[in-house]
Amino acid sequence: MTGSLPFDPRVLRAPHPVPGAPDNWKRFFGFNTDAKVIGIQYMVVSLFFLLVGGLLAMIMRGELITPPSDLVDPTVYNGLYTMHGTVMLFLFLFPILNGFNNLLIPPMIGAPDMAFPRLNAAAFWLVPVFGVLLMASFIVPGGPSSSGWWAYPPVSTQNPLGHLINGQFLWILAVAISGVSSIMGAINFTTTILRMRAPGMTFFRMPIFCWTAAAAQTIQLIGLPSLTGGAIMLLFDLSFGTSFFKPEGGGDPMLYQHFFWFYSHPAVYVMVLPVFGIFSELLPVYARKPLFGYKVVALASFGITFLGLIVWVHHMFYSGTPQWMRNLFMVTTMLIAVPTGIKVFAWLGTLWRGKLRLTTPMMFCLGGIVNFIFAGITGVMLATVPIDIHVGNTYFVVGHFHYVIFCTITFGVFAAIYHWFPKFTGRMFYEPLGQLHFWLTFIGSALNFLPMHWAGLMGMPRRVASYDPEFALSNVLASLGAFLLGVAIIPFLLNMVSSWARGPRAPANPWNAIGLEWLLPSPPPAENFEHDVPTVIAAPYGYGLGKPLVADQDRFIARSEEV
Amino acid sequence: MTPTLPRPSRPSATGLLLITAGLALNLLISLAMARASHGWLPVQASSAAPHVDGLFALETGIGTFIFLGCLSVVIWTLLFNRAPRYDLVDGDPIEGNTRLEITWTVLPFVLVMLIAAHTIRVNHTLATLGGKERVAENGAAPALTSSDRAAGTTFGPIEVIARQWSWEFVYPNGVRSTELHLPLERRADLRLTSMDVLHSFYVPAFRLKQDIVPGSVIRYALTPTRDGRYRLRDAMFSGGYFATNQTDVVVQDPDDFDAWLAAAARQPLVEAPNLAMDLHRRRLAEGDHGWATVPPAPPPRVNVTTAVDAPHEA
Repeated sequence: MTGSLPFDPRVLRAPHPVPGAPDNWKRFFGFNTDAKVIGIQYMVVSLFFLLVGGLLAMIMRGELITPPSDLVDPTVYNGLYTMHGTVMLFLFLFPILNGFNNLLIPPMIGAPDMAFPRLNAAAFWLVPVFGVLLMASFIVPGGPSSSGWWAYPPVSTQNPLGHLINGQFLWILAVAISGVSSIMGAINFTTTILRMRAPGMTFFRMPIFCWTAAAAQTIQLIGLPSLTGGAIMLLFDLSFGTSFFKPEGGGDPMLYQHFFWFYSHPAVYVMVLPVFGIFSELLPVYARKPLFGYKVVALASFGITFLGLIVWVHHMFYSGTPQWMRNLFMVTTMLIAVPTGIKVFAWLGTLWRGKLRLTTPMMFCLGGIVNFIFAGITGVMLATVPIDIHVGNTYFVVGHFHYVIFCTITFGVFAAIYHWFPKFTGRMFYEPLGQLHFWLTFIGSALNFLPMHWAGLMGMPRRVASYDPEFALSNVLASLGAFLLGVAIIPFLLNMVSSWARGPRAPANPWNAIGLEWLLPSPPPAENFEHDVPTVIAAPYGYGLGKPLVADQDRFIARSEEV
Repeated sequence: MTPTLPRPSRPSATGLLLITAGLALNLLISLAMARASHGWLPVQASSAAPHVDGLFALETGIGTFIFLGCLSVVIWTLLFNRAPRYDLVDGDPIEGNTRLEITWTVLPFVLVMLIAAHTIRVNHTLATLGGKERVAENGAAPALTSSDRAAGTTFGPIEVIARQWSWEFVYPNGVRSTELHLPLERRADLRLTSMDVLHSFYVPAFRLKQDIVPGSVIRYALTPTRDGRYRLRDAMFSGGYFATNQTDVVVQDPDDFDAWLAAAARQPLVEAPNLAMDLHRRRLAEGDHGWATVPPAPPPRVNVTTAVDAPHEA
């Protein structure tokens, strides 16, 4: 069977630096090239930074629970919201999704490891590097970057203390390194998906998660150079006296906004596409039905990739953009509703007449999908130029993107963590704590982010440390919701830590799911199927069809259970 | 593993009736939400506001219909399609339905294109109400366009000067103020400039927002349609004391406005009170704790300062 492998057999012979999985825990603390180890490294680091970002958010909501600025100095508030956004995006969401890429892509396509294991490990180890850089900015004189995660010049290049090493300098450095890390990851993930699929796994037999990962990583490859270039020019403006963006030197601050959003809008799709993949993976398992319209759902991912790259100007509708450009980018932005709509309707079609099992991962999926439909509707509102001119840069936008980034993406992340927890730790989690986590999170997030929409509609600008008293009610509710979300993370952490330590042993396929990763023991051996890679003979998600996914399936099932 | 149950090729009469009733109910709720949406917005005080609110109501209605439609499918499956405990049988292996998939691709496409076409029309109307034009050269007075000359009732230009963190308004007769006074039902011609960083001229009651870019003068026009006192907020983050960069817009009857302007011209120039300055002084007095910020720019010297604690409507 080795002869039929589509990938280079040298991959299998590459030495593994720390053998002895799963008992050797030391392998998680070094430069390990095993994708599953790297995946768990990504997950643990990013969950730590979720706590950091959440703590910053709770201090912010503590400030905002009353109209005047009374808990922290306004300058401290500015630093907090900047770091909250930066930490959540660059140190929580991107790394955790790369964690899933590492854990899931090789087993799902039957590859022993990634195409470039060393590049992969190097990409991970840049995360703690820029994480430390970013955290160090809290202790440099003048405090961390306080210009928002957009870092729009001229505010971001004002450098009040005049030091060379300042919070903004470290911030730009961290973002640039993060970009390098993401590009390294993207090269690795796309190559792996393109070149290392199991025999018989054509593109239209590939799980949707791999489709969406490929679609998302394509965005990284096209968009990130723009952000990195913009960040370098900003760094030169800040520290070395250039004037790319300084009007007094002939530059234009608007230029930066184009560099920034050309990547940073599609970045949302980099984060949401894998979560669409997660929803598409999990719904068939827990509704016991094939994914409705698999091929169209798969192709819609690349529709989102393409459209996502040509919508960035909708962040500049009120910046002096000419009318024709506003109309054009409004149309492209609204068109995104079509491929995302296809996916949403396909999920509903998958649920229809299914046999629903409301486990914790399923609850997070359903909650995430309902929240996403809501976010999509406010998204079309924001695409509408006149509405955006009113609510742009207000709390309406804050509410909208938290419905995307928390209530959809993070819900999907939690769903995926629960769903694949038994596979990669070899332990079952405790279901009642999972349900508690879901309900606290669902109620907390609605309480936190729904009232923000009303505050924004009434005209409360985002990023304010103090506000007029008429916005007090929305903000009190939002703050209570934020504190509830802080509480909600406790059952999650408790569940993960205690279940990994002493949960009951997980069988190879606890959810009775279809997919190559479920034909492996839990946790899978270091090189997954090693030399004996199954030949895929059917499309994924064959629930209820009674047909095997791979040739000789019974043998693989028996082998996965004998460990 | 179970054989697929034979399903009726078309829904039963009861089913059709139920779906029709559900859609009708959804339609009613959506209409009610569209109507209610006006209450979520501040008072309408400019000629642009009814257009914006109209679009918002339209999209609230359509959005509610879609949201409730999708939500009812989810709730229906939660109620009627749950697997009983210990039931390990799979659901119907429905892999897709080409006709349905084409429908839910084409329908949203047509819908968003209709919304976009309608919005482009509204954009066109709004542009005639308050066009924007970025002037490259700093400080140079742009030539009046033909539409400016045609509008005989235009007042202005009023210079709007944004700083870290104060607003200053200079009227054609040289009067300076830190709150903006505008005559009712007259097109006000504004020239927006920033002395330092990006700011944004945002009056929620007018539904209008325009970023102010240092290095350029942005021509901006709007027509207030309701007298009263409204908030003007800086909406683009502008550094340390950004949140304090708010003032009021006072829309007055043209006669009152002229009287105010004449009276203001007789007032001496005084340094305007400035919240950012107060906060910064207090911070320095308390030992300069907190993170770095540029100091506030000296507050402008004006004839009329902002009325402190005057109640605003929106």
